[in-house]
Order: sequence, then C-alpha cells, then structure tokens
Amino acid sequence: MKSLEELKAIRERMQKQIDIRHNDDDRIRVVVGMATCGIAAGARPVLAAFLEEVEKRNLKHVTVTQTGCIGVCRLEPIVEVHIPGQEKVTYVKMSPDKVPAVVSEHLVNRHVVAEYTIGAADERGR
Amino acid sequence: MNYVRSHILVCAGTGCTSSDSPKIIAAFERELAAQGMEKEAKVVQTGCFGLCAMGPIVMVYPEGACYTKVTPEDVAEIVSEHIVKGRIVQRLLHVEGSDAEAVTSLTDTKFYKKQLRIALRNCGVINPESIDEYIGTGGYTALARALTEQTPQQVIDIIKKSGIRGRGGAGFPSGLKWQFTADATSDDGVKYVACNADEGDPGAFMDRSVLEGDPHSLLEAMAIAGYAVGACQGYIYIRAEYPIAVKRLEIAIAQARDYGFLGSHIFGTDFSFDIELRLGAGAFVCGEETALMTSIEGHRGEPRTRPPFPAVKGLFQRPTLLNNVETYANITWILNNGAEAFAAIGTPKSTGTKVFALGGKITNTGLVEIPMGTTLRTIIEEIGGGCPNGKKFKAAQTGGPSGGCIPADLIDTPIDYDSLTAIGSMMGSGGLIVMDEDNCMVDIAKFFLEFIVDESCGKCAPCRIGTKRLHELLTKITDGNGTLEDLDTIEELCHHLKSSSLCALGQTAPNPVLSTLTRFRDEYIAHVVDKRCPAGVCKNLLRYTIDPDKCKGCTLCAKNCPTGAITGTARAVHVIDQEKCIKCGTCMDHCRFGAIVKG
Repeated sequence: MKSLEELKAIRERMQKQIDIRHNDDDRIRVVVGMATCGIAAGARPVLAAFLEEVEKRNLKHVTVTQTGCIGVCRLEPIVEVHIPGQEKVTYVKMSPDKVPAVVSEHLVNRHVVAEYTIGAADERGR
Repeated sequence: MNYVRSHILVCAGTGCTSSDSPKIIAAFERELAAQGMEKEAKVVQTGCFGLCAMGPIVMVYPEGACYTKVTPEDVAEIVSEHIVKGRIVQRLLHVEGSDAEAVTSLTDTKFYKKQLRIALRNCGVINPESIDEYIGTGGYTALARALTEQTPQQVIDIIKKSGIRGRGGAGFPSGLKWQFTADATSDDGVKYVACNADEGDPGAFMDRSVLEGDPHSLLEAMAIAGYAVGACQGYIYIRAEYPIAVKRLEIAIAQARDYGFLGSHIFGTDFSFDIELRLGAGAFVCGEETALMTSIEGHRGEPRTRPPFPAVKGLFQRPTLLNNVETYANITWILNNGAEAFAAIGTPKSTGTKVFALGGKITNTGLVEIPMGTTLRTIIEEIGGGCPNGKKFKAAQTGGPSGGCIPADLIDTPIDYDSLTAIGSMMGSGGLIVMDEDNCMVDIAKFFLEFIVDESCGKCAPCRIGTKRLHELLTKITDGNGTLEDLDTIEELCHHLKSSSLCALGQTAPNPVLSTLTRFRDEYIAHVVDKRCPAGVCKNLLRYTIDPDKCKGCTLCAKNCPTGAITGTARAVHVIDQEKCIKCGTCMDHCRFGAIVKG
C-alpha cells in the first residue's frame, strides 16, 4: 500500500525522466558537438560531465543533447548553450573540469563564462 | 555514464505492432548494446501517436525527431547517426505532401498543430506498461486528492461543472449520470461502476488507443467514479479482438493493486475498490448499454427496455454507472486542471475535446483529438491532409452504422453534438470515414445496413426483420431493379424502425440510409431511373465499353482480360462482350490510350 508521500516521491523521481520527452521552446539546450572530430577530442566525457552536473543540481528545463560537426574542428570539443530569448553561446576546447563552472555560472546564474567562449579563443589565437 | 540522455519511443499500438514495431524494439536493444550506447539511450514502448498511416513510428528525444515508416533495417543507422553522432536521419523524417519539407518534430506537423490532446495526453508519451511513468505525469494524484480532501458530492459537482458529455456517442451529460447513480439506492447498498470498452463501430479505434497507450488513466478515473457514486466494484467490458489492450489492462490492474491504488482501504481511507475485466465476444449489440450489462452478468448479450435506466437498475439489478473509455480518460484531467479549464475548451454546449479515428479516403489515416466546434474542413483538409491522389471530397460519415453522412457542401459545419444532430448525423463514438468522388452513396448505405443485419441480435421484430427488408430494397436498387416507389417504401420503413425498435442499434440503423437519401437523392434517382451508378461502383449498373475513336487496336486489353470478353484483331477497333464481362476493370488499367469508358 502506497501512502500519499510515497506517491509524491515516485512522481518527483519519474517527472525528471519523462521531462526529456517534452520539447518545449522554453527549455535551455546544451548541445555538445559529437562528430568524429568532437569525439576524438574528448567530447564524450564532456557530455557525461554535463549530464552529471545537471542531474546533481536537479536542474529542470535543461536538455543536454548532441549534434554533428560544427566546422571548427580545431576548437573541439565544442559546446553550445541555447537559452531562449538570448543569443547562443559557443564554448570551445571544453573538458570535464570546465563543466561545473559553465553549469553554475551560465545555466544557473546566467553569466556567460567568457574565458571559455569561442571569442576568447580567437583572441588568444591572434 | 549513469544518466540516460536520450529516449527512443517506439509505438506499440495495434497499428504499428502489425507493421513490425516489436522487431524494431528488439533491433534497437541489440544495436544500442552493439554500439555501446545502452546506458545513454533507452528504448520505451509506448501507445499510439495517432499518425497510423505513417507507421511504424519512432520518436527520439530530447530532439523530438519523428521517424516514420521505420523498418528494422533502419535501426542501425538511427543508432549510429542520431544516438552516437547526434545527426538526425533526414530520410526517415515525416514529409507532409510531395512538395513539403521534412519536419523534424511531430508537434510541428500540420497533422498535430490544430490538435489538443486531453484524452490522448499520455498516448505516445509514456510507457503504458509502467505505472511509475504514469505517476510521473501526475497520475493517481486526482484519486489521492479526491479520497483525502474531497467529498463524493464535490467530485460530482466538478464533473457537472465541466459540462462533459458522454463520449460514447449519445452525448448525455456525464455529471448528471454520476449524480443519478449516486442518488440511487439498492436494498443491500451495492452499486457498480462499469466501462464500455466494446468499441464496435467499423472504423473506430480511439478507445483502443487509450486502453493501449494509457490504461492507468482509465483505472484511476473508474476508482474516482466508484468513490463518487458509492460503488466498490468496477467492470471493464472489452472486446476480445483487442489483445494488446487486454494485456496492457491486465498489467495495469496488477500494478495498481500492487501499489494499493486498487483494493481495500486505498490511501488509508475507508474506500475500497477493485476492477475486473470482462471480455466480449465481438457482438456489436453488446456496445449498447443494457446488452453490455446483460453480457457481463453472464447471459446472452441482448438489450432490454429502458427505463429502468442503468443508474437506477443496472448490473445485477443494482444502480450502475456506465461510461465509455474516452469519457473516463477525460476525468482525471478535469479534476487536475479544474472544471473551468475544461469548460473553456470547445463550445458552450459541447465542452472539451473529441477524439476521431480518421479513415477511408484520407491521407493521414489515424487518430486526432480536436476541440469541440472545430469544423469538418479543418479536420479533413488541414489535419487529415485531404483525399489522396487529388480526388474530390464527397462526404464524411460520422457515428458509424448509427450515424449519417455529411456532404461536401456542409464541410464548414462545426463538430459538436448539437450541430451534428441538426444536420441528421451524430457524434457517435468517433469514427470518421471520409469518402471521395469514387464512393457510391447507395453502396455505402447498403454496406452499413449489411453490417446491421449481421449484428442485429434478433430480439425485437422491427430490427430483425425490418433491417433485412431494408437491405433487400437497397440491393434491388444497386442491382438496377429499383423503382421510385421503392424509395418511398424505404423512407416509411426507416420511420417504423426508428420508432419501434427496442434498442439504439435498431433505432439508429436507418440513419445512414435516411441521410444519404436526403443528401444524395440524385444518386438514388440515377440508380433507379437511369439505371446508372454515377460513381461507377455498383457492378450490375456498370458497363465498360471501348471508344472506337481512341482504340488503336494494340490488343493489350484483350490479352489481359481474364474472361476473354474482348475481341478484335491487331490494329482494329476492339469490342467488349457485355455477357462475358465481369467488370473487373483490368482492361481500363492496361489501356494506354484512354479508350476504355466506364459508365
């Protein structure tokens, strides 16, 4: 026999899982480049780190997904963050240890982590 | 990696199952393991997405990519491209029309845009065999709230206020039905709740999809209904021809009992409720409420006179609340979202949405749920994608053998209970059969009547004998032997059938005949007076001839004629021997010069 509390607990646990099946427009999308170049440069651990952080912080309305080659293979692993109503932000040369900062600063506090972005990488390249 | 980042939803409804979706599910399991993705993506079997014409359907989230007509051979590519590399497999995406672009997400299609899903809210979203997923969508909270915070009368008041009317076809206000059953008494205090899942209309499959895609919503609503009217036993009368639905219901009932949502002292209250299945053997008349209850009791499924109505004396002579599957499927939504939210959808007298099973000459065969008051034009032209092959829309048949035809000139009629009744059709359970210029309306009327003759239980004379005579008269007309007097006889007979049959089966049986006779009288006249079938369907009135001006004497027709009815030598005009011709149309299919004339 389930009690009201147990029902609530199951609902909260399952809601997170089913959430993935609503592709609403108001969700934040974290897109990891996962073509051959991205995977070779280490995109998979980055993707895993994002999933882990999002889960750990219990963030709703965040979808972690993947895409093919964006074209700047030299800067892989590349991660794009799409927040509805804002311009997309492209992070380059990502690694798992940079992920917590992006999640806490950008996804939660809405401050772009400028030093990891493609703009900063271009500056350094000059 | 410990977190599943992608869900692969595969339709496991009857339609897609019959086109190999179980093999697709197995192939996904195999491929995910082979490509080391089994921890990142999971395969979920789900209920019907509605777009049955394009099945089997696979949806991949979080992208929401909708792949159609997927074969087991496509699976390896979907896994290696989409799941591993994140590239959507463009060639498998749904394309609407030949010049349209592929649409990634099903929700972006024209088929979905005008729909509003309440009864089908979980179909194609959750795994129907997982009670946890149902709970994840807010399932069983309406039951918990009702039992712990609301009185039975409060629940009934919400249902009344929502304005919902019976989705089985007749459109009786559900709240009133609940009130009548709650107010009724029996000597020993026993009452019942029953669900009519005996979906028998030809071409209707919305109840099946709810049962297959979201069985728990039915169980939860029935338990709430039991609490509201004071019953502690429920029965679901379901046809044995729905094996997948039966299996999912059995699984759901076992899970609900295991979780204590069915059984004694639910949520620690004094309320106890359980549900049992009763399988029907497929008699159409058992969808009629009194016959259905007689069948549950273990007797031959025959109707009886009303009153007494089931709310007063139903199953085992006790007050019984009997609702249709789709009605129940709306109940928890109403309780969770409020009566006002439901009443705001649709029209003032027909609130909420209605599910239709689109069939016949329509591009997007499948299930659609639309707000009441949506016009037939929106359903057929926008959602349904129109008639295939550029044919002209002629009529739509709603309500199955009990309903009528809506002709093309009434295509802007809003679909609600009262508008449909006003034009001589009815809502019915929701079958919507589309007909184009190639359909003969006399033949359609004859088809439905033939069904009724087969399914009449024979208890009352008007239905048993009357429908048979009516069928004979229609056959006489399609054979080319009808007279104008026959049309009057048909009308008179229809009138008697309506007024004197015992149950709704006989009372509504003349509807397809009367509505076609009213709306398409010219077609009847053509059959009777000109001995001609304008649509070219009725074989006895059909003649294939060869236009001597167009015939080049290529001999192709003569070579392909199965009965050797065509004679003629090479480069000379050919002739069809009407005595030998069986009107199969093979000659017409083979002629390259358009020389064969049908008429």
